[in-house]
Amino acid sequence: MTEGWSGALAILGLAVVTVVTRNFFLFPEREVKIPLWLQRGLKVAPLAALAAVVVPEIFLTRGAFLTTWQDARLPAVLASTLYYLWRPGVLGPLLAGLAVFLPLRLVWSW
Amino acid sequence: MTPLRALLHDSHFRRGARDMLDFAPGIAAWGLVTGVAMAKSGLSLPLAVLMSLTVYAGSAQLASLPLLAAGAPLWVIWAAAFCVNLRFVIFSAQWRVHLGHLPRGRRLAIGYLLADLNLIAFQRAWPGARREEGQVRYIVGGIATIWLCWQIPSLLGIFLSEAIPTQWGLGFAGTLAMLGLTYGLMHDRSTWTAAVVAGAAAVAAYALPLKLNIVVAIAAAVAAGLLIEQAERAGQKLKRGAT
Repeated sequence: MTEGWSGALAILGLAVVTVVTRNFFLFPEREVKIPLWLQRGLKVAPLAALAAVVVPEIFLTRGAFLTTWQDARLPAVLASTLYYLWRPGVLGPLLAGLAVFLPLRLVWSW
Repeated sequence: MTPLRALLHDSHFRRGARDMLDFAPGIAAWGLVTGVAMAKSGLSLPLAVLMSLTVYAGSAQLASLPLLAAGAPLWVIWAAAFCVNLRFVIFSAQWRVHLGHLPRGRRLAIGYLLADLNLIAFQRAWPGARREEGQVRYIVGGIATIWLCWQIPSLLGIFLSEAIPTQWGLGFAGTLAMLGLTYGLMHDRSTWTAAVVAGAAAVAAYALPLKLNIVVAIAAAVAAGLLIEQAERAGQKLKRGAT
C-alpha cells in the first residue's frame, strides 16, 4: 500500500491531473483547435482506462484467475449488468450489485 | 452588500445552483460510495480526506484506488487517472467559449471545479453555443452546489466506513460503480471493441510489473478503437462509391 508521504504525493499528483485535464484548453491565452483524430482518440481512452481497471478487479484474485464460481463478485456483476440492461445508469446497477454481493459475502462468505 | 452576498442573491447564480439541485441525490449517493470505497481500499483516514478534497474527480479517484493499493509507481497511477480524465480535456475546449474572456487565474479556478454534470446542466440552460451575459455566475452557482453535494457525503462515507468491517468487502462498491460508468461509454462498435480489448489485455498482461498492464491495455484499446472506426469509415466510403 502506498502510505504516508508517498501516498500524499500520489494524491496531490492526482489533484494536479484534475487541474491540468479540466483546464487543458482554458490555459492558453489564445484559442487552440483540436485535430479530429485526437478528438476521437480522446473519446476512447477514458473507456479503455476504466475497463482496464475494472475487469481485473472482477476476475482476478491476487493476480490469479478465479478458480471457483463461489465468489460473490461474479453474481454481483451479473445482477449489476442485468439491471443496467433494464435501466441504464450508475446508481441503480450499483445498488443491484451490492444487494447480491453483501448477502453472499456476509451469510455464505463467498 | 458584500460581493459574496451580492453573488448569493444573483438570479443567474441561483438558477445555476437550483438546476444542479435536481442532480443532488445522485451526486450525494455517488459521493458516499466513493468515500466508502476510498476508506475501504486501505487509504488511511487523512489520505482519504486529502483525496476527496483535492482530487475531486470521482471516476479518476476510483480508478486510482486499486493502483494505489498495489503500490504501483506514481507515473502509472497518474497516467491512468489522466486517461480517465481525458473527457475533461474535450470539455475544456467547450468551456473556453464561455470562460475564455476571464483573467487566467479566475478561469483556471473555475475550470478546476467543473464536473461532468456542470456541462450537462449548462448546455440544457444555455442551448446556444455562444457567450452570453450571466453565464459565469450560472456556472459558479452550479460548481458551488455540486461541490457541497459531493464533498459532504464523500467525507461522511470516509468517516462512516470506519464502523464497517473490512470483511464486508465494501471496496467492491467502487468496482461496481466503475462498471456502470464503463457500460455508459459503450455505445457503438468501436467503443465496444475498445472495452473488450482493454479488459482482455489488462488481464492477460497482469503479470507485468509496476501495473504496466493498465498502460498496455489502454494503448491496445485506443489502437483497436481507432482501427475499427477507420475501417467502418472506409467501408461506408466504398458503399457510397458502389451505388
